[in-house]
Amino acid sequence: MDLSFFLDNLWNARMSLLSGFGKTLVISLASVILGSGLGVLVGLALSYGNLATRFVLRVYTDFLRGTPVFVLILACFYVLSVVGVDLSAFQAGVLALTLFCSSHVGEIVRGALAAIPKGQTEAAKSIGLTFGQTFASVLLPQALRQILPTWVNTATEIVKASTLLSIIGVVELLLATQQVISRTYLSLEFYFFAGFVYWLLNFLIEQAGRAVERRVSIPQ
Amino acid sequence: MTPVLKITDLHKSFGDLKVLTGIDLTVHKGDVVSLIGASGSGKTTLLRCVNLLEEFERGSIEIAGEAIGYRDEGGRRRRRPERQIARQRAMTGMAFQQFNLFPHMTALKNVMLGLVKTKKLGQDEARAVAEKWLDRVGMIERKDHYPGQLSGGQQQRVAIARAIAMNPQLMLFDEVTSSLDPELVQEVLAVVRDLAADGMTMLIVTHEMRFARDVSTKVVFMHQGRIAEEGPPEQIFGAPKSERLAGFLANSEI
Amino acid sequence: MDYDFNFAVIWRNWDLLASGLGLGLLLAVVSIAIGCVIGLVAAFGMLSKHRVLRWLALSYVSAIRNTPILVLILFTYFALPELGVALDKIPSFILTLSIYAGAYLSEVFRAGLVALPKGLREAGLAIGLTEMKIKAYIIVPVMLRNVLPSLSNNFISLFKDTSLAAAIAVPELTFYARKINVESFRVIETWMVASLIYVATCYAIASVLRRFEARLAIPR
Repeated sequence: MDLSFFLDNLWNARMSLLSGFGKTLVISLASVILGSGLGVLVGLALSYGNLATRFVLRVYTDFLRGTPVFVLILACFYVLSVVGVDLSAFQAGVLALTLFCSSHVGEIVRGALAAIPKGQTEAAKSIGLTFGQTFASVLLPQALRQILPTWVNTATEIVKASTLLSIIGVVELLLATQQVISRTYLSLEFYFFAGFVYWLLNFLIEQAGRAVERRVSIPQ
Repeated sequence: MTPVLKITDLHKSFGDLKVLTGIDLTVHKGDVVSLIGASGSGKTTLLRCVNLLEEFERGSIEIAGEAIGYRDEGGRRRRRPERQIARQRAMTGMAFQQFNLFPHMTALKNVMLGLVKTKKLGQDEARAVAEKWLDRVGMIERKDHYPGQLSGGQQQRVAIARAIAMNPQLMLFDEVTSSLDPELVQEVLAVVRDLAADGMTMLIVTHEMRFARDVSTKVVFMHQGRIAEEGPPEQIFGAPKSERLAGFLANSEI
Repeated sequence: MDYDFNFAVIWRNWDLLASGLGLGLLLAVVSIAIGCVIGLVAAFGMLSKHRVLRWLALSYVSAIRNTPILVLILFTYFALPELGVALDKIPSFILTLSIYAGAYLSEVFRAGLVALPKGLREAGLAIGLTEMKIKAYIIVPVMLRNVLPSLSNNFISLFKDTSLAAAIAVPELTFYARKINVESFRVIETWMVASLIYVATCYAIASVLRRFEARLAIPR
């Protein structure tokens, strides 16, 4: 393996790889933000909604969580064009990842709220707080601390799942890398490089998450 | 004088299980009433009905003359709106067996929360009231500590301050020492004794018989959802009228 | 929506879907078996007294968990041959999935080992067992029973990850679904059925494993 040869090719390919990396970031950010927003609503509805709402959302989350994310992406890609919704591969992919994220975040939020001991709500009631006040002052702060580590994990899962969009033709980092490989035949070096970039990105996200956790942790 | 608490013919069931089968109880200002009885006798459920943590199907509970939780509207029993119930809950204060302090807030903030949100006091006024009551229970030194940094006895004292700072008409104590290590029990009982001596109206569920005998103005013995015997502590502990009570006392430490 | 539902082509190809599902399950079972061995070694490595071993184990886990599995799959199949390790599709996928499983399982096992009371090992020493025998006859069996729920969850995840074998044309369920989709244009039916099969299989696995857990768990 010739290091300088690889570095030369890497430099030559820098624009397309950077563009692919940028695409990866856009896909991941869009899916995480939209998916988490939707997921919070789902989680709240699962915790406080009526029986019918909870049933429908249970089916929604169970279905999405039981389906491999790859199948979700392919389904969104193929099905939507047939039913007349004209989405680009990129949009279909982000939609699939958003739905995927929402089901996970919904479950995380539901679980975190359920984990708060009943005594907390009772104590809040006993000092005369309404449900809204109880939720904002007592439940939400505790739930957020509980949610944080698992949510960071979901975010890294989305970053990793963004690679699957390469299969439906979205030129994110992995597909960009494959295109470079097809030109240079340096598959070992470039797959390793791509793997390293993803590892670094997720590692940084993990570290950022842990820093936030430390900041908001309650002294014991 | 309107009694602080008037319970009339209270009935409560959990599904098919009848837990309270006709309770009548009156508590006047300054009274310290202890509820004793075996597990399952309904004493904790009774306490929790007073601040509507448990619903009840029949009967009425009045605090300072105001019917709690339900209202008679043209002969029909209707549940009051949530906002009213929240306000009514603030008329009583409760200390729980599991303390239930808010773990993400300091001791001071725990006590201030109800003052700010329910009583709508300003931050400075709330802080002053909170500090006064934390001092009263001996926890002023630790006001900026989090519950996780406090011992069980310390947490319970903060919890009592949180309830009392709301200036309730009636304090409800739900087995406040049952979760504590033995060496921490006395510090909490001392606080309750102190508040009772100051004239606080109290309804106490407890297993600590010696404490109940020392601090109460009236003791109520419950059995299977009804009041089996009630009277002053000397009578209840010294000369029990019913065999059941005598049997219960024999099995408890007194 | 103008769409004529026609499931006939799906029924006609039921044998493909069934064989795809079977292969997916087989891949999952083999990979988790190998992954358990790798994971156990890595878990003990992370808890070892020797700094080098700890670092090796931690690096392995961090590297694999933060890298997208698709990159790992492609690397193993396309890049490893350059290093002289040329594997067929299925062995290549099994290798990738096993290493992937090992990284996640090592975390499960590590947590399980840490949760065991110290007295267990000391009791073993007191009756004269060697460290190795203590691990084999006491520590690992107790720990495995304690982590059964986590193991089940991981197995279900791994089964869903077998869908990615389609990326290197391994004939499992997703591969056949895509084939049927492309050849018949019965888009909605194909993906509905594929998704349903995955969800149903996950449910089935979960209930079978739960019964297994109940039988194997240490009575309390």
